[in-house]
Amino acid sequence: MAKFKNHILVCAGTGCRASQCEEIVENLKLALEQNGLNKEVQVVRTGCFGFCEKGPVVKMVPDNTFYVQVTPDDANELVLEHLIKGRKVNRLLYVNPETKEVVSDSKHMGFYKKQIRIALRNCGFINPENIDEYIARDGYSALGKVLVEKTPEEAIKIIKDSGLRGRGGGGFPTGLKWELTLKSKSEQKYVVCNADEGDPGAFMDRSILEGDPHSVLEAMAICGYCIGADTGLVYIRAEYPLAIQRLKIAIEQAREYGLLGKDIFGTGFNFDVEIRYGAGAFVCGEETALIHSMEGLRGEPTVKPPFPSVRGYKEKPTNVNNVETFANIPPIILKGGEWFSSIGTEKSKGTKVFALAGKVNNVGLIEVPMGTTLREVIFDIGGGIKGGKKFKAVQTGGPSGGCLTERHLDIPIDYDNLIASGSMMGSGGMIVMDEDDCMVSMAKFYLEFTVEESCGKCAPCRIGNKRLHEMLEKITLGKALEGDLIKLRNLANVIKDTSLCGLGQTSPNPVLSTMDNFNDEYQAHVKDGKCPAGQCKALMHYIIDSHLCVGCTLCSRVCPVDAISGERKTPHAIDTSVCIKCGACMEKCKFGAISVQ
Amino acid sequence: MANIKIPESKIEELRGICKKFNNDSGELINVLHSAQVLFGYLPAEVQELIAEELNVSVAHVYGVVTFYSFFSMLPKGRHPISICMGTACYVRGAEKVLEEFKRLLKVKVGETTDDGKFSLSCLRCVGACGLAPVVTIGERVYGRVAAEDVKKILGEY
Repeated sequence: MAKFKNHILVCAGTGCRASQCEEIVENLKLALEQNGLNKEVQVVRTGCFGFCEKGPVVKMVPDNTFYVQVTPDDANELVLEHLIKGRKVNRLLYVNPETKEVVSDSKHMGFYKKQIRIALRNCGFINPENIDEYIARDGYSALGKVLVEKTPEEAIKIIKDSGLRGRGGGGFPTGLKWELTLKSKSEQKYVVCNADEGDPGAFMDRSILEGDPHSVLEAMAICGYCIGADTGLVYIRAEYPLAIQRLKIAIEQAREYGLLGKDIFGTGFNFDVEIRYGAGAFVCGEETALIHSMEGLRGEPTVKPPFPSVRGYKEKPTNVNNVETFANIPPIILKGGEWFSSIGTEKSKGTKVFALAGKVNNVGLIEVPMGTTLREVIFDIGGGIKGGKKFKAVQTGGPSGGCLTERHLDIPIDYDNLIASGSMMGSGGMIVMDEDDCMVSMAKFYLEFTVEESCGKCAPCRIGNKRLHEMLEKITLGKALEGDLIKLRNLANVIKDTSLCGLGQTSPNPVLSTMDNFNDEYQAHVKDGKCPAGQCKALMHYIIDSHLCVGCTLCSRVCPVDAISGERKTPHAIDTSVCIKCGACMEKCKFGAISVQ
Repeated sequence: MANIKIPESKIEELRGICKKFNNDSGELINVLHSAQVLFGYLPAEVQELIAEELNVSVAHVYGVVTFYSFFSMLPKGRHPISICMGTACYVRGAEKVLEEFKRLLKVKVGETTDDGKFSLSCLRCVGACGLAPVVTIGERVYGRVAAEDVKKILGEY
């Protein structure tokens, strides 16, 4: 293998690829060649660094200089200044927005300080398309250890001791699941990796598959050995082309190295992995629906029991785990169950990956120990609310979760605390909202999603959610009566209690949690006909303050429907019967003369 | 069902796809994925042929096609536009962007413009939440799109 003095790591996750990271790589290579450095410095495309807000990210190794928002035009300067002259390119370094201090090493950035990376240990560190780099970071040694030194029962005990719980949202103890599948008697069993990440605003699993696909393959093989399966299937969304491509490369390489296939490590253990594609149905995240989808059927869930561990794919015992759960397995095997269970809270061990997004300064992918508070995540790691606005709510658990508020900020995050506060862990989406977000509209947004994604098999979910959505629509249009709020809550509870699968049982959560935590906002919509956040169009109108308007005509020119009239240098007025409430005029006004009422 | 003639050569190709998956009805979704790549969409004729090849009913194929949002029975425009309506994009104003596309193109979500140039759809999260709101046109990704930018973006095509 060629030896290089320096490495330039360029994030090649989906987010950074959308911001021209490929061109950056090309330009860096060109600049290195022109300066005769291509034998000494290697450019590596890595998985996601997590700091998506300031992408594309470029990191220099070994000195760990962390450059942000790099453009293809910066490549030459990075090579000339950083590598040749040894001077940091200050304008591309991260600036702490509070202290205005320049931070060059990512270790000292608020975003990374509180993170512990287990599932993401290799993301942003290795080239995911090169198996050697994974092996150099202890890759596949956990598989070797299990195959050579442990019986399936012993290996399962390590997982049980670790206290690892399913990271897809349910939080079922992983070791127990494996044990149940092991105990099911059958000639043929299957290991399934659930990579059908459907929560809008969540991209943990995708980033792991893009940044460290081998960790998932290794863990699936370990699982196969433990439960007695020789076939693994990854069910992945067709919307993740990059993750699919890297997974395919990883499978090929692992086969070439004899780490998948027949007689792995000469132990007689056979295991291979195939890919199955999803086709865009949120309900397929539910394990029975997922199994039906893999069988070429409509992805409709069925009643459990029988659980997949008894009767799953093709009627055989099947163990389904989520991507992040699998990514935790190799380090647990290598470092031991006790090490893992020393991290986290009493009932939730280890770390959790969250996709932090919304109105927060540092959007990105983070991994924190269980028990970290929401405040630490949003304000210390996330850098607080965008534009200095006021924090209003954080939504966890996607369409199945709830909105938490200011008073929940200091609760340590774990499975049980989140459920007790009216939300749930979910797969790890975390969307931050500020004072401008209307909570009724938010609940409506999630219901729209559920209505669209309901498979239609059971009536409470198919019909109930539709009605729930209509009631919310009525509220945002200012047409609801006071009694409607009681009906809304009653219907939500019925859907929760009577739906067939997890999708329907949790779909009213966004409604119930916003009703609990933001009751005054619902009341304002219904009783006063007002939307306190100024988001519900039907309940507001734009007006021009004639004292502040100088008649610059900017607003009337930007108005798409010519609703604004007035002579030059005289105050303008908005014709509310024509106005479509797009807000363009307010954004353009330089004098703060336009407001919403 | 509407009558669209599929060229003979493509019929053979489609049969080939079914064969590649051993004419196994359990592989239906994979077959449909490949067929959609071949035709751009899944018209009734294609579904009928697949049903015949995999030895399942047309209703079964149709049921699967309509269940999954990734499959389309309508041809897309030459430049398919997708607006991300994931939560992260939504809270950062994706709805306004969508409205502007609808207004300028005079189509609803799921429709194609009369000249076949653009089609408009929504999708749930491309995972580039750092760039929210996100719009994709073909392979190209536009990040941090504001309603004012829409006209300019469309002008590129």
